[in-house]
Amino acid sequence: MQIQLEYILVLAAALFCIGIYGLVTSRNAVRVLMSIELLLNSVNLNFMGFSNFLDPGEIKGQVFTVFVLTVAAAEAAVGLAIILAIYRNRNTIDMEQFNLLKW
Amino acid sequence: MNLAEGVQIVSFVILTVMMLGSALGVVLFENIVYSAFLLGGVFISISGFYILLNADFVAAAQVLIYVGAINVLILFAIMLVNKKEDFSQMPGRLLRQGATALVCLGLFALLGTMVLVTPWELSTISPAAVGNSVVAIAKHFFSDFLLPFELASVLLLIAMVGAIILARRDIIPEITTTEEGSTGLQLPERPRELAGANSPKSKQN
Repeated sequence: MQIQLEYILVLAAALFCIGIYGLVTSRNAVRVLMSIELLLNSVNLNFMGFSNFLDPGEIKGQVFTVFVLTVAAAEAAVGLAIILAIYRNRNTIDMEQFNLLKW
Repeated sequence: MNLAEGVQIVSFVILTVMMLGSALGVVLFENIVYSAFLLGGVFISISGFYILLNADFVAAAQVLIYVGAINVLILFAIMLVNKKEDFSQMPGRLLRQGATALVCLGLFALLGTMVLVTPWELSTISPAAVGNSVVAIAKHFFSDFLLPFELASVLLLIAMVGAIILARRDIIPEITTTEEGSTGLQLPERPRELAGANSPKSKQN
């Protein structure tokens, strides 16, 4: 018995679903950002699985994972800065009260 | 990866339990500080999966970037907006959460059946036999992925400048002091604390 591609993919799917659940249900804005990180990580895990099992010769999945890592770092920095700016304006981090653009 | 198969399976199971438990903790804990630390646990266990999948360089990068940078950044943000806030109850909260959980379970079932049904064209090359992954990644970066590589550096620069501008304290114009000694090198604006230092309105921070 060995680690199969399907194990990794099912695991990444489970992590993705947990991330979606947190993204939709959480009220705290910082927790929403953490859920987005979970989503990105599950996609990275998929890339890694494909890179190892389907394309071990030239590991393009690992290259893409490095790019996703870069974009995730940029996204986290800008997202947290936006949350800080909103917190200074509205004095809350409740997602239900961020309704400036809601008709 | 030259581990025995039993070792691989056991570490896979341990990493799976650790990752799924930490991820559920991130989503379900009330206290957000616990969530942030458990997020670090998720990143560490994902890095363990990368090592199992013969990707040593990306595993190291995962620990450095995610645990060392992003998780610390999230902890700083939690400290900066550290406000005990009891969220007002929305009507139908349980219904919403139940519906979301149902949709997520359905999505998981869909993805799971898709993964199990699809006939994957597995490669016959043994991944452990392929040489150094750092060299392979570097060759990709500087040949066929050169443009995205450079664009990523530009993106990081833009994100850094944008984060600084967004998170900066709001700036108000300086009270004009027309003295002869003032040079043109002075900043036209200054932070709010300095400007309102001797007025009572600055106490609000």
